[in-house]
Amino acid sequence: MHVHFLDPYRPRRSPVHSLDGRVKLVLALAFIFSVALTPSGAWPVYILLFSLVLCAEVISDLGVRYVLKRSLLAFPFVLAALPVIFTTSGAAALELTLGPWTLAITQPGLERFLSIACKSWISVQAAVVLAASTPFPDLLAAMRAIHVPRLLVAIFSLMWRYLFVLVDEALRLMRARAARSARSADPALKVGGSLAWRARVAGGIAGSLFLRAIERSDRIYMAMVSRGYDGEVRLMPSPGLRPVHWAILLSGLAVLAFLLLAAYLFWA
Amino acid sequence: MHHSIEVMNLSYSYPDGHQALRGVSLNIQPGEKVALVGPNGAGKSTLILHLNGILAGQGEVRVCGMEARKENFSRLRAMIGMVFQSPEDQLFSPTVYDDVAFGPLYQGLPPDEVRCRVEEALAAVRMSDYASRVSHHLSMGEKKRIAIATVLSMQPEVLVLDEPTAGLDPRSRRSLIRLLDELPMTMLASTHDMLMVRELFPRMVIMDEGRVVADGLTAELMQDVALLEAHGLERPF
Repeated sequence: MHVHFLDPYRPRRSPVHSLDGRVKLVLALAFIFSVALTPSGAWPVYILLFSLVLCAEVISDLGVRYVLKRSLLAFPFVLAALPVIFTTSGAAALELTLGPWTLAITQPGLERFLSIACKSWISVQAAVVLAASTPFPDLLAAMRAIHVPRLLVAIFSLMWRYLFVLVDEALRLMRARAARSARSADPALKVGGSLAWRARVAGGIAGSLFLRAIERSDRIYMAMVSRGYDGEVRLMPSPGLRPVHWAILLSGLAVLAFLLLAAYLFWA
Repeated sequence: MHHSIEVMNLSYSYPDGHQALRGVSLNIQPGEKVALVGPNGAGKSTLILHLNGILAGQGEVRVCGMEARKENFSRLRAMIGMVFQSPEDQLFSPTVYDDVAFGPLYQGLPPDEVRCRVEEALAAVRMSDYASRVSHHLSMGEKKRIAIATVLSMQPEVLVLDEPTAGLDPRSRRSLIRLLDELPMTMLASTHDMLMVRELFPRMVIMDEGRVVADGLTAELMQDVALLEAHGLERPF
């Protein structure tokens, strides 16, 4: 009766899974920053960064296909970068004429667009590996450990906790609607009502879900206050990092710094 | 004469691998009132959701002589009036009237017929004065009655109820029991309320761990304290 498909975590026994969440979070963020900072057109560095994330995918035992499928999430963001093709100044490679307007595809524009596409695709893969190899509570603990603002982490954690409750609630509402969406004994009658009527019903469902979410948040808050909540989330201190994890963290950061340096020295 | 509900060797696993039903068989004659009891997680709700095709497992399910197959689901849903445990889930429209009219409107019945059905259904649960009320503000007992009216308006052959008395105060519970007693149709109710079972349902089916472990006359099964205790039930005094 519950929804499981939302949880991106996939339990495996792999070195990536057993790595400390804090190390993974910092490395993944550093990786994404490095990808973002790599100058456009530094193709060899992109290949190296891609092979890094590919290594993580293979070692994590998640299956490269799984990660690639999930990384399609980057696609809509890539579309947002499409205008870059036309807006970057440079020699026109191709001109399109649409009535009174002329659109010029420039070579630097094309290069920049392809760079952005590659970068977002590689970054999303890192995020997918992180989310699929780290249970969400560990990620939250890691965020707290690296001093992400506590309120933000508290919001993430409550959102995560109650997202499933809300999705389950929506599922039950839709189930109740399906149970009464029937055909009468007279086959001549048109089933389903008008589009406007169905839209009104769907609006009612969305509205009641919203009302119930608000009521639930009130109840949760009262339950939290009853247990002494004062706006501050207090937690057990997390244990220190083991030396081997420090070594992995620092060598990972060093590799990224080296790649970034190389990109600026040779391909900027 | 067909059985109202025929379930043959039904098994079902949830997508996460949890097996909720393991070869359940159950026959219910037209007009019978049957209680489905058993501990939480026994598979009662899962079984109920198979009766109108919201879930589909392996095995045979026939309702009013019609096989539960995809092309029949929309007819099944008219014959099975399903009252969910939480009226909050069932009442999703702005007003009581809209909710009770949902089923008939969906079926495409003419407006006069819809109005007539809504009035009858609300009268049957003695809530005629509530048509223009907002469901959100009603009491639990009132919501429960409206939830029953929302399926009565479809004139079902079988009424299926999931935990009808859960969360009701004694007075609302009493009036709900009286209401269920008055309704003439075939009835299958999943419940933990053993007192209501004894009072209202001559036949009782005990489920545990996805199987039917006992099926017989309530009066007889209630005597078997060992059986009840083995499946986490208590004999009402």
